[in-house]
Amino acid sequence: MRWAAAIWAEAVGLFVDDGRLAVLVVLWIAACALVLPHLPLPAPAPAVLLFAGLATILVQSAVRGRGR
Amino acid sequence: MFSGWTQAGPTVAAAFGASLVEFIEALTVVLAVGAVRGWRPALTGAGLALLVLLGTVVLLGPALTRIPLETVQLLLGTLLLLFGMRWLRKAMLRAAGAIPLHDEEAAYAKETAGLRALGGARTGWDGVAVGAAFKITMIEGIEVVFIVVAMGAAGRSSLLAAGAGALAALLVVIALGLLLHRPVASIPENTLKFAVGVLLCAFGTFWVGEGIGLAWPGGDWSLLGLTAGFLGVAWSTASFCRVGSPA
Repeated sequence: MRWAAAIWAEAVGLFVDDGRLAVLVVLWIAACALVLPHLPLPAPAPAVLLFAGLATILVQSAVRGRGR
Repeated sequence: MFSGWTQAGPTVAAAFGASLVEFIEALTVVLAVGAVRGWRPALTGAGLALLVLLGTVVLLGPALTRIPLETVQLLLGTLLLLFGMRWLRKAMLRAAGAIPLHDEEAAYAKETAGLRALGGARTGWDGVAVGAAFKITMIEGIEVVFIVVAMGAAGRSSLLAAGAGALAALLVVIALGLLLHRPVASIPENTLKFAVGVLLCAFGTFWVGEGIGLAWPGGDWSLLGLTAGFLGVAWSTASFCRVGSPA
């Protein structure tokens, strides 16, 4: 089963380097999917919110990574 | 959906750039295997892996078109964002000097030393050499397959555009390998990864937005806005993180 574990680790490694970054991205997408379609916001605002959240997560991950 | 060069251009560019980086990393190890253990097992291993990868794209690509488009866009958009942000974050930290740049020459030297320790070229079947070339081509190639499938999430034409980008990258790397017989160390790998990371993040965000039913201002043209947005954010963060700047 070592080869299966190696393949699994390789597959996870494709998407997850900084675990906190991955978790925050998934949580933000889930929050946007659940909330944004039901908010009475004008057209570009939900798209801008989606982008702004993702950009913020990226910035905080990089700034945190610099200190390591 | 997929409307002309607004998506096809960035799709081909992102698939080409990402595949170029991955294939160059694979080429380094295949060249090391060829130089130390012989070219026949090196090319056999790499060729077998390419066949398996091609089969995966042929099977996976059309299968995805049977799943509802919104589901595919949300799922692949999320994966594309995780993948793209991992690349972009690393490229930003490398550009800032916080982590060292990837060195193909050093990787080649390490690989050849490791293979020499296992013995020289053999006549007949060389399982170690075939296995080494197969493994690296599979590892780097799986990333290419994911990029092609994810970038092609909008349908057959986008899948073809992404596949064409990856195929062009493969041909370029094969030509470079035949010409140079050395690792390709002179391309600005981190700049390429930075640019591709930006494009992957833009596509991932766009797919997620489409998947959850958001209205993008300007339709497909918003991809250009997302690309500019991620580029600006990544560039300014890398500058802020530059080693020596205050924490």
